Amino acid sequence: MLGTVAIVGGSLGGLTAAETLRSEGFGGRIIVIEAESVTPYDRPPLSKQVLAGDWEPDRIVLPAARPERLAELDLEWKTGHAVGLDLADRMVGLGDGQRVGFDGLILATGATPRVLPGMGDLSGVHVLRTLQDCLVLRAELDASPSRVVVIGAGFIGSEVAATCRARGLSVTLVEALATPLERVLGSALGTVLADLHRDHGVDLRLGVGFAGFETSGEGGDQRVTGVRLSDGSLVPCDVVVVGIGVTPNTGWLAGSGLDLNDGVVVDDRLRAAPGVVAVGDLARWPSARFGGSMRVEHWENAIQSAEHAARTLMVAPESGAGGEAYDPVPWFWSDQYDRKIQLAGTCRPDDAIEIVEGSLDERRFVALFGREDRVVGVLGMNRPRHVMQLRVLVEEGEAWDAGLARARALVS
Amino acid sequence: MRVVVDFDLCESNAVCMGIAPEVFEVRDDDFLYILDEHPPEELRPKIEEAVRRCPKQAISIAED
Repeated sequence: MLGTVAIVGGSLGGLTAAETLRSEGFGGRIIVIEAESVTPYDRPPLSKQVLAGDWEPDRIVLPAARPERLAELDLEWKTGHAVGLDLADRMVGLGDGQRVGFDGLILATGATPRVLPGMGDLSGVHVLRTLQDCLVLRAELDASPSRVVVIGAGFIGSEVAATCRARGLSVTLVEALATPLERVLGSALGTVLADLHRDHGVDLRLGVGFAGFETSGEGGDQRVTGVRLSDGSLVPCDVVVVGIGVTPNTGWLAGSGLDLNDGVVVDDRLRAAPGVVAVGDLARWPSARFGGSMRVEHWENAIQSAEHAARTLMVAPESGAGGEAYDPVPWFWSDQYDRKIQLAGTCRPDDAIEIVEGSLDERRFVALFGREDRVVGVLGMNRPRHVMQLRVLVEEGEAWDAGLARARALVS
Repeated sequence: MRVVVDFDLCESNAVCMGIAPEVFEVRDDDFLYILDEHPPEELRPKIEEAVRRCPKQAISIAED
């Protein structure tokens, strides 16, 4: 019997899980434990509209966190850090010593940005994950720094570089690989992204690593003045943004007995243990569709996995049976300059790639990715309609040649 | 039921079109068009899903 559900993490995944529990008819207690003390918000605009100064924070409040909706959901909200999980006693321990009992538990603690050695409390060096991160960085951009160095040309770094250029700031974008997102998209598409940055006036440094920070000031009052790179060059700057990926927040679960391996390892129903599910950036599930295990840090996956996990808890809170397998075709988007990049499915640099519409030169195209003779991904640049139309080929696991023919017929 | 899109928010991600192509269509000009402002009641679950999945929270349902 599911009397009380505790949700650890009150952002997109946790709140979506709460909404799903209620919409599926759960009438028991829902206790949400959230570390941040601000109204839950949507993260994608943090690297775009909010950082640009076009939107204020009140515009990104999650729909489920608006007062009238929160009242309907009837949640017990606790602000604090979860520090431990006792599966035998079914208790979550909080940093202030409180213990929260549960019958069902939803793990939604997300991920934390990776940092570079020497960052410490150095002024002027930022990561971007929370609203607070965004507002602190924005205030520094408002002060018209002479140059912003962005370390890492992944999606967050690329979006931050684009936003800084739109603000008229000088930007150096540093990437250790030979092209942006090379390990995801391969070098041909990575080159398109590199050219996109250069054409928008970014000083792009590819194939070089971070070597260290140059600083001024003493003791606890040090400020960044430049970044040293592995090729020996020095880039003077006032502001640095580090976008080198995230680590799932599993530290508090160490010793709990849950299987932790770059995320919380769950079964195909998103169960980590009887009555315990994990969602969003945190969950590593087995995918029959793509083979192996998957952990996905996309916005849509937070929603989709939370809906699924909440239903898993409702169907079979204690037993091992029931529910449907979670095996989605992941989807995400990234807005950089005037380009919208979208990917449905997965892609790797060693996949077959075929442009089925448009061209790389136009920066307006649709590419299919194939692996082991199956269509595994559809990537579009400024082609949202076609990505959605061709997503079905990934869903069906269409054979490569047949998929190419169907794709060309669908987009023509 | 009436489907309402805030076109100031819409960024034509086409997620809604993936869920309910009967109602939403992103065309070659990259703009979203509503094919049926008053869709039949049986489409409500799909449209509610489109509301939840819209990355810009640009879709809502108004009751007639």
